[in-house]
Amino acid sequence: MTRGSDGEKRSRPHQPHPPSRSNGPAMRIVVPLQGVVQGRGGLVLGSLLPCALFYFLQLYLKRHRSPKNDPSASASASASIIPRTLSRGQLSPRAQPPLSARAAALARPDDDDSLYYAGLRRCAADPYHPTRNPDGVIQLGLAENQLSLDLVQEWLVKNAKEALLGEDKEEGLNIRGLATYQPFDGSIDLKMAVAGFMGQVMRGSVSFNPSQIVLTSGATPAIEILSFCLADTGNAFLVPSPYYPGWDRDIKWRSRVELVPVPCRSTDNFSFSIAALERAYTQAKKRGLKVRAVLISNPSNPVGNLVNKETLYGLLEFVTEKNIHLISDEIFAGSTHGKTKFVSVAEVLDAEALDKSRVHIIYGLSKDLSLPGFRVGVIYSYNENVLNAASKLARFSSVSAPTQRLLVSMLSDSMFISEYLETNRERLQRMYRLFVDALKQLGIECAGSSGGFYCWVDMSKFIQSYSEKGEQKLWDKLLTIAKVNVTPGSSCHCIEPGWFRLCFTTSTEKDIPVVIQRIRKVTESHRMSH
Amino acid sequence: MNCKQLLLSKKAACNAHGEDSSYFLGWQEYEKNPYHPITNPHGIIQMGLAENQLSFDLIESWLARNPDSTAFKSEGVSVFRELALFQDYHGLPAFKHAMAEFMEELRGNKVAFDPRKLVLTAGSTSANEILIFCLGEPGDAFLVPTPYYPGFDRDLKWRTGAEIIPIHCSSSNGFRITKPALEEAYHQAQQQKLRVKGVLVTNPSNPLGTTLAHRELETLIDFIVAKGIHLISDEIYSGTNFDSPGFISVAEAITERGEEVADRVHIVYSLSKDLGLPGFRVGAIHSQNEAVVSTATKMSSFGLISSQTQYFLSLLLSDKEFTANYIAENKKRLRERQKRLTEALRTIGISCLESNAGLFCWVDMRHLLKTKTPEGEMELWKRIVHDVGLNISPGSSCHCNEPGWFRVCFANMSEETLDISMERLKSFVLSGDGRGKIGRGPRRLIKWVRAISAFDRRSER
Repeated sequence: MTRGSDGEKRSRPHQPHPPSRSNGPAMRIVVPLQGVVQGRGGLVLGSLLPCALFYFLQLYLKRHRSPKNDPSASASASASIIPRTLSRGQLSPRAQPPLSARAAALARPDDDDSLYYAGLRRCAADPYHPTRNPDGVIQLGLAENQLSLDLVQEWLVKNAKEALLGEDKEEGLNIRGLATYQPFDGSIDLKMAVAGFMGQVMRGSVSFNPSQIVLTSGATPAIEILSFCLADTGNAFLVPSPYYPGWDRDIKWRSRVELVPVPCRSTDNFSFSIAALERAYTQAKKRGLKVRAVLISNPSNPVGNLVNKETLYGLLEFVTEKNIHLISDEIFAGSTHGKTKFVSVAEVLDAEALDKSRVHIIYGLSKDLSLPGFRVGVIYSYNENVLNAASKLARFSSVSAPTQRLLVSMLSDSMFISEYLETNRERLQRMYRLFVDALKQLGIECAGSSGGFYCWVDMSKFIQSYSEKGEQKLWDKLLTIAKVNVTPGSSCHCIEPGWFRLCFTTSTEKDIPVVIQRIRKVTESHRMSH
Repeated sequence: MNCKQLLLSKKAACNAHGEDSSYFLGWQEYEKNPYHPITNPHGIIQMGLAENQLSFDLIESWLARNPDSTAFKSEGVSVFRELALFQDYHGLPAFKHAMAEFMEELRGNKVAFDPRKLVLTAGSTSANEILIFCLGEPGDAFLVPTPYYPGFDRDLKWRTGAEIIPIHCSSSNGFRITKPALEEAYHQAQQQKLRVKGVLVTNPSNPLGTTLAHRELETLIDFIVAKGIHLISDEIYSGTNFDSPGFISVAEAITERGEEVADRVHIVYSLSKDLGLPGFRVGAIHSQNEAVVSTATKMSSFGLISSQTQYFLSLLLSDKEFTANYIAENKKRLRERQKRLTEALRTIGISCLESNAGLFCWVDMRHLLKTKTPEGEMELWKRIVHDVGLNISPGSSCHCNEPGWFRVCFANMSEETLDISMERLKSFVLSGDGRGKIGRGPRRLIKWVRAISAFDRRSER
């Protein structure tokens, strides 16, 4: 809606012009203003005129503003939602009722500039298969564990029907217990089974209390519900970066909590330090942000390193001193493959007489039990008020009853669970090693990692300009030339360009040479041009 | 030890989650002393739970005929792997298809639902909240006709920060929505400096049990078009329309209107009432508005339906023979049960609003009130819960502004239990002074009434 200065002059003679223009009407406005500023005459004109101008400007804007523009959405967002509404707005005086700012910002079909989501989409459109689609995009950007599904499948084939329906053989099939309303935060049976499972995952180092559990339909609602409980709109969480890209949506979107990254560096193998948290806290305060919690993932996503005991102690001291919360996302706790022993924050709390009411753990069955489709997440909290609030909020995200019943059965089979956890760890370790060794052949080094489904690799020597743009170019080459989908460090808010997350759990051993050969295309072409 | 008060969010710390109302307190009382025909025959009979337990046997017999449906098998081949990993918020295509077709069937196939415009959510509780998040900001208002489901005070307002302004309906015209009532509610919102973003209706109505008449639908649609706002139609009870007049979905009502109207009308559905499967947590939003569908789909990440459940239900609902038989038989049973209740009430001299749908009756007990005031209604309700031993829902909890109306559910118990409850009520009414069968001292009443714990373990539709 640009207009030339002539148009402005003719139609709206009293439109405010920028003071630098030297024409008659303008000077009539500017001079009194200058007069006011310089303390000379023109007070009446200098104060009345601007007010009048401002009033008429508002009137003008109001009448000419497009009715469907949501004031808080960006111009580009509203332009690309549904272009045809522009014409519809002219047909009828009343155009589309606006959506909320939340919806308007994200209603675009390809939302999220985040490459994380863009890559997932490209891969879904052309997925690799060794025989059916050997030229498809190989998925290394999804932290899903396909290595041990056969074990779960085997158990289900033997036990699923019995688990779901076989309760009372005399009465015959009876779905009443399955069909009717359950407690929204999960049945007590499942809570007990999950508490037991979590204890097995942590290898018996700590036991979990079922009454401190709120079950949700996945870890995604779990972290959102916790955000609603611990922070108000506009508050912030400190998050060591690089961090899981999904949190940008899960935490910021509806609960409107800010995430303040606390950058970690390759020199420390991307471990966070209390000093860095301290600095970030102070800086956040200066910006006027109220920090309500520190959010960590342990084992870390995307790096895969573990937080050691001393750091956990330091962290607990830090949050106690600042009187804030600690959220520990331990969703990969059972997926460790290194020699280092995983220590849950629960273990540290058990050992010490610390104020536990500020500590909350996020967990779920999507990673350790390879069942993301079944939607089971856990909020484990030591704070009764949080548990009360979260259990009420869980009504928006409850676990489906048949799934609850099935999992009660599966998780209670502790022999199966311990065999599964052990075999799964072995397979993870094997695959991790094969991947790391294979990547070494290309000159790609991985950060030290003991858990998770991925390698955090340094490909900075293959990017042309050491910047986020350079990293993006490399990511794009990997996706379009090598046809491999990886997660770029920028999506994870990594401060050092050139780091990528490669997941190794969605491939088989046979796929590794194919992956290497594909990536070689890009690394070789870089070598040759430099 | 110096323990500083650990701050929670305002939302977590406050009590304004709509769970202090009498509706929920009645639940608590029931939980303490639930009726059982053998082990606790003098306990409180639950008539405040809108659950459909009349047709489980139909589903059970289907399960017996289709054992593989729970074994993750499709024609002998395991589909487990795909299901285990399936967390696409676009939903299982087979299930969305089956769901869209089922919704069409419930509407006599008079309208078409596009599976691509369907968003799956973990229950209609989640669906309603997601729609409010999509359509309104904190401080925006939605107009809801009274009486309405008490859970809305929580589901629509709590996290979204939206407000509800009631559209007052009265018994003088059978609680029908009128244009003056709509205008009055809109005016109220403006007085309170709230921006109205939409109207939300439940059709068939909870707690009235009636379906919206054609002229009501026209009035509503004209109103939202004139004001430039949205219309959400919660049609969770669409399969419970057991008597004439038939159920007219808003989808049907807008077929004559243009695209602009279709873009602002959104339907919420769930399998909790029609199929009696609230534990499964299956809800859906259908809208022609692409922006709403797109945003709601992404928001459904916070409440996806288990792939196991989606798969099972895709098989169940694709069986057209089953669905046709189920819909008809379920309606028949509901009609019989409703008649049983209304007949029994009639013999006691209690009338109900004439209803043709739902799992409950809207019962007129105004003549039993000592004083025709909200306090009088509360007093009668306490006596019915405590002395008679029936947990029914008082109209005030549904924001009805005429004291003396109660919602009584009939589909969540056996016939025998229903008869017993009517016997109890009969004794109470005929005795005249509220002595009832179960004698409890007034002191315990007062103590119980003073208890303010927001106990909630079940939903209360």
